[in-house]
Amino acid sequence: MIRIESLHKSYVTGLNKLHVLKGFDLNIEEGELVSIMGSSGSGKSTLLNIIGILDNYDEGKYYLDNMLISSMSEKKAALLRNKYIGFVFQSFNLISFKNALENVALPLYYQNVGRKKRNMMAMEFLDKMELREWAHHLPNELSGGQKQRIAIARALITKPRVILADEPTGALDSATSIEVMKIFKEINDQGVTVLIVTHEKDISEMTNKIIRLKDGLIESIETRNGKPITHSKVEAYV
Amino acid sequence: MFDLDKWQEIFSTIQKNKLRTLLTGFSVAWGIFMLIILLGSGQGLQNGVETEFKQDAVNSIWLFPGQTSKAHNGYSVGRRIKFTNEDYDQVNQKISGIEYISSRYFTRGNGVISYNNEYGTFDIISCHPGYQNIENASMVKGRFINDIDIDKFRKVTSIGTQVAEALFKNGDEPVGKYLKVNGIPFQIVGVFTDPSERDINRIYIPVSTAQKVFNGGNTIHRLSFTTTKSVEESELMIEELKKDFAKRHNFDVSDEQALFVNNTLREYKQFQNLFSGIRIFVWIIGIGTIIAGIVGVSNIMMIVVKERTKEIGIRKAIGASPGSIISLILFESILITSIAGYIGLVMGVGLLELLSKAMENVPFIKDPQADFSVAIYATILLIISGAIAGFVPANKAAKIKPIIALRDE
Repeated sequence: MIRIESLHKSYVTGLNKLHVLKGFDLNIEEGELVSIMGSSGSGKSTLLNIIGILDNYDEGKYYLDNMLISSMSEKKAALLRNKYIGFVFQSFNLISFKNALENVALPLYYQNVGRKKRNMMAMEFLDKMELREWAHHLPNELSGGQKQRIAIARALITKPRVILADEPTGALDSATSIEVMKIFKEINDQGVTVLIVTHEKDISEMTNKIIRLKDGLIESIETRNGKPITHSKVEAYV
Repeated sequence: MFDLDKWQEIFSTIQKNKLRTLLTGFSVAWGIFMLIILLGSGQGLQNGVETEFKQDAVNSIWLFPGQTSKAHNGYSVGRRIKFTNEDYDQVNQKISGIEYISSRYFTRGNGVISYNNEYGTFDIISCHPGYQNIENASMVKGRFINDIDIDKFRKVTSIGTQVAEALFKNGDEPVGKYLKVNGIPFQIVGVFTDPSERDINRIYIPVSTAQKVFNGGNTIHRLSFTTTKSVEESELMIEELKKDFAKRHNFDVSDEQALFVNNTLREYKQFQNLFSGIRIFVWIIGIGTIIAGIVGVSNIMMIVVKERTKEIGIRKAIGASPGSIISLILFESILITSIAGYIGLVMGVGLLELLSKAMENVPFIKDPQADFSVAIYATILLIISGAIAGFVPANKAAKIKPIIALRDE
């Protein structure tokens, strides 16, 4: 589903050039539940943004569903995001003046789905998240866990092939975190590829594959049972 | 073009940001309001002045005899110039470009005019048939003085509506009846009205009859005519007239006191030029005000875009194309400016309407209204200005990278 070949990305701020991703390969099959771990500055969010076509990369190749994603127009990127990818963010990123239902329905608006139909579908997804009675509440009237479930419903409504979650539990207490992770597992059980960026060990341990990033390179990839699959020996490069 | 969903999206955004929308709209409403008020008062002033002018023909030239101030051909200073029927005939024959012409013989004082037992004092104006056009009089009943009346020295009269009202209180039909003018019977041939109130308080009689009845000989006191020529040509005509009169009456052409000429055409054109100047001035100020409004809207929309950076980032992340973001901002801007502008328009027109009623009797101001075409132009101007005001911010919004927008906390 996601194939990355020697990916490079650096940020230029003024005279400084910050090399964030330093060229690695990564392959994620369809239907995997993967977590990406690493300390801050390891490049995990940058990687997620590139996968989500929110950001472009400098060198290397990135294939999404066997499609080469290189520099493309904003319009095409928007279309691909809408079709393939659902985002879940740490800070939920709900539109504050829209109620839960409208927030969930918004991606369908950009697919030109009629108002009636998209509201119906949004209600269905809110129902799955057990939030039916909160449909007409604004985000600031809801708890963190509720907001994140709304964000997940919004990510799911377009029936994406990949869910990208950037620290989805970062703003939640542990009980709610486990609840949210359960939802991700259920989604994954339906065949959707799920990528979760986290720095919490408990969270990553609930996934099937853990990718550890360090200083822009893959340090290790391990499967659920804890056995390391690959060990990057290139740390010395740095 | 018309996408109901898009408008619902825009409406819901506006609805949830009322204060912002109100502030944005105010500057535009104010701009249009000022433009309408300015244009309306300009128009009112013009209407007022034009009405004053149009009480008589606006293309007339009047000649008055004076008193010489220069010795000429052995004649001394201070001689009174007298117009005679010959002047009328000569002008009528020699000068080209005359449309309607009339001479006038002044009867002494106001005439006591009576019909049966009703009496009144009214102006008696003796004239040629052309005078009807010079005065802008129009017939209500019957006819004006005609050429046969002049030739046959007929004792006939055309009377103003006010005269008819005053003398025919018993409801008699005036046309065909005899009036007594200073004791002499004149048959009424018509009733006229005139845009000027003063002018319906008079009766017209043939100039030839007046000369005969009131012992005038061949003297005339005024010569007036209308012309179809331009201002410049009318000035040449006047030069020609002066030469002609100087020769006939033996005075120096350069003598400013011997012959007085009043050219209403020139005055009217001057006023017209003045008003087109005022109109341009008003438009410049009005458009300046609107530009200030546009800058205001643009400025506020800029802030709006800044404020909504994160929202735009979210929208982009979930699949909004740059085009849809542009149209969202642009249409919001157009909608706000159009509605606000329309409110300004209605308020401006409403205020003018009130002023129009309140100032009905103020001279030189009449119907201060912005006409319909101005309202249409203003509306088009609004939509364009809304688009301009929205374009820069919309373009900026569309260029926001979702990743940067999402980082914006």
